[in-house]
Amino acid sequence: MMQLIFRFAVGGLIVSLFAALGDVLKPKSFAGLFGAAPSVALATLGLTIAADGKLYAATEARSMVVGAIAFCMYAAFCSRLMMRSRMHSTLASTSALALWLVCALAVWAIVLR
Amino acid sequence: MRVTIDLSALAGTRWYEYGVRFLFGGAITVIAGLLAKRFGPVFGGLFLAFPAIFPASATLVEKHEREKKRTAGIVNTRRGRQAAALDARGATIGSMGLICFALLVWKLLPVWNAGVVLVTALSLWLGGSVLVWQASKSHRRR
Repeated sequence: MMQLIFRFAVGGLIVSLFAALGDVLKPKSFAGLFGAAPSVALATLGLTIAADGKLYAATEARSMVVGAIAFCMYAAFCSRLMMRSRMHSTLASTSALALWLVCALAVWAIVLR
Repeated sequence: MRVTIDLSALAGTRWYEYGVRFLFGGAITVIAGLLAKRFGPVFGGLFLAFPAIFPASATLVEKHEREKKRTAGIVNTRRGRQAAALDARGATIGSMGLICFALLVWKLLPVWNAGVVLVTALSLWLGGSVLVWQASKSHRRR
């Protein structure tokens, strides 16, 4: 339980730091880079290396490549939904999460599993 | 286009908005860990690149831009949505850097010192993303 609380605190802190960095930077397209910062990865990999070793963390990183490709498609799709389809940002960014999930799970099922 | 730092933007973010990001960030870190424990690192690793806080960030960007325009007396504006779309375009470039980050960690972690690998991967993410962002800006200007 203590490990989960520690993981939660570390993850929340690193994610918040990168988000705050994105807040203070201008222009918006540059600040957006920090929306795809490896914040969750840094928190998770650091703790995983300490608990399960480097090989276990490297295996996670291999799958993360697939997750990051899905993130790229997700963000491009969100931008298009907001710019071209004039969709509200909350609706566009939450509904497009389905695209991330489908892409990531499809590649996992076909290639990684 | 010059990149600037505006620290006053921090004051424009309310305490609960920081709280939401902290909660989402903490939650996805815990969920990624639990999924890896339950289904193995191959499945859990996918969620290291889950866009956990992007919806919250995009919503805040749109909301803040809309509020700024409303204060200036402009009610019907597309500026908020456009700012969120630009933020998403930036995240698209940032996620290309994220792919490089993951590739480097995957290949080098088994053979290098873990701290060195994470710092190098983070530098690659930032350097690569900034270079692609600059290239896309100069391409658009042409």
